[in-house]
Amino acid sequence: MEYLIRFAQCHENFRKPEIQALATLVGADIEFLSYNDHSPYCVVKLPDNDAACAIIKRSVLAKDITELWGQGTNYDEVHAAVRQRSSDRWAQYRESIFSFSVDTFAGKRSQTRKSEIINSFGYMALEGPIRMKNPDEQFLVMEEYVSDAEQSLIGTKKITEPRNIYMGRFLARSDRDTIVKHDLKKRRYISTTTMDAELSLVTANMALAAPGKVFYDPFVGTGSFLVAAAHFGALTLGSDIDPRSFRGKDEEREKGEISALRNYKQYGLESKMMDLFTSDLTNTPLRNCGLLDGITCDPPYGVREGLRVLGTRDGVLKEPVFIDGVAAHYRPDYIAPKRPYGFEAMQRDILDFAVRTLVPNGRLAMWMPTASDEAHKFPVPMHPNLEVVNVSVQHFQKWSRRLMTYRRLPDGETSDITQGRSYVDAEGVMADELNAFRRKYMSRHGPPKSENSKPAAQ
Amino acid sequence: MKVITANFVTCAVKECKTTATSFPLHFHDAELELQEVDFQPEFIRNVIPRIDWEGLRTTANELGFPSLPETKPEGDALTNEQTLKDLHRLLLETQVMEGKLVCGTCGHAYAIKEGIANFLLPSHLGKSNRIPIQELN
Repeated sequence: MEYLIRFAQCHENFRKPEIQALATLVGADIEFLSYNDHSPYCVVKLPDNDAACAIIKRSVLAKDITELWGQGTNYDEVHAAVRQRSSDRWAQYRESIFSFSVDTFAGKRSQTRKSEIINSFGYMALEGPIRMKNPDEQFLVMEEYVSDAEQSLIGTKKITEPRNIYMGRFLARSDRDTIVKHDLKKRRYISTTTMDAELSLVTANMALAAPGKVFYDPFVGTGSFLVAAAHFGALTLGSDIDPRSFRGKDEEREKGEISALRNYKQYGLESKMMDLFTSDLTNTPLRNCGLLDGITCDPPYGVREGLRVLGTRDGVLKEPVFIDGVAAHYRPDYIAPKRPYGFEAMQRDILDFAVRTLVPNGRLAMWMPTASDEAHKFPVPMHPNLEVVNVSVQHFQKWSRRLMTYRRLPDGETSDITQGRSYVDAEGVMADELNAFRRKYMSRHGPPKSENSKPAAQ
Repeated sequence: MKVITANFVTCAVKECKTTATSFPLHFHDAELELQEVDFQPEFIRNVIPRIDWEGLRTTANELGFPSLPETKPEGDALTNEQTLKDLHRLLLETQVMEGKLVCGTCGHAYAIKEGIANFLLPSHLGKSNRIPIQELN
């Protein structure tokens, strides 16, 4: 069966991978028959309506899905297709309370012309009452023109008649409303590095968050990824090297409550909060075995906050210190020593960690920034026990960031990593020596404003 | 820290991780709190195969809970609602708010405050697995 997905015209790069991930999640084979970054309309082949609804109800980048009854580049073609492909379905909806509407993308139709278009489908002989609000069935005609963005980006000429026309029966809305519900402007606890609601939800979808699963974020911060995974039903576990990030500063905490927990409570998701703990990925307490279904994270870039892991700068272990007969490291004000850490080394450690702790076919969805000029030769960090499922890019003016999704291969399978990052980065002591991205960004743009105004406490 | 998490973690010291006595970590001076959570049988069924059953039995004993069956419930036993509810209560609703988690190998005590365990290692334990800078130069 063919279906028409109507996407939101944003984060184009992530739209297809999200739908593919959701098809994997619901166990449906999907085939993309047409897709264009400059168009909201995408035609897919799916086994049945149940699969179509299940996929779209989880999507945040799609708006809705429609049973496709016919398509064409002009109305003669559309009518011929509708008669040929859907005439056996008309009788089923003869008595239904219905609505029939015309929707345009990047084009305009007068009310009169819309009525003419609707009336031209009169041969379907729908006799039920028409109701625009809450009808039982919604029939849609969707027209696609050329947008200003497409014209300016790739030079496609603007047109006065649609280049594609679709007709179908509406099936289901997406989960896009959750973006508004989870909007950071209304969220109780956020920080400067909190990922926005839309991309947090997309990240959770890429990693296949679902009821019954365990999701983990090793750089939990204010908990935005975990709240998204919890929204989709997973139980969530988070840790951070700096407990203040999720616990909240003492003066900001309400009734001594863990600040990140307030976000769960805001959305009624407190039953999905498994635990939060303080730890460092390079010395993780998690057992080395398949414990996790998904890992979602936005590792610290080292731009706003310098990278640190546990250890001493010279790499030498220190003798324990005793103060008033008590080991210093057991005193309440003890702060464990931390050393600078390389960005590439950290990515390698995250991949290793994912291999050790994900269940077979479990997923890692990890964000990573790149300076814009290195984007075209961007080497994806790889691991023989992880398959790169997809890489999506979000472009900004001076830089871009990527969401890389990996699948933990079952034991006995390995992936080809010859295209991956093959070099080992040097150890150093300055943040710039350790982090090629930070070096490039700073050399061209100077430090970001937030770094001066609010230095990260370590 | 919930009992399920205690079953997921061991000593953060690399040399301890491979030793038999580092797992489970032992609760000392544990202050328990029961926090009701929605019953999620699907989750319990999925997660039981990942639980180290011997470790869970030890932890449950140390926290003063009635002993668990000797063998991990599998197959049909996981369709029994009471079994799932009991496990749900122990794993997801039992929370250690204050106390320590102690490694049986190195003896290091990880503090738990306000339900948050701290696994950061002091400088004499947090050995880096990377080459020190001096050796590179």
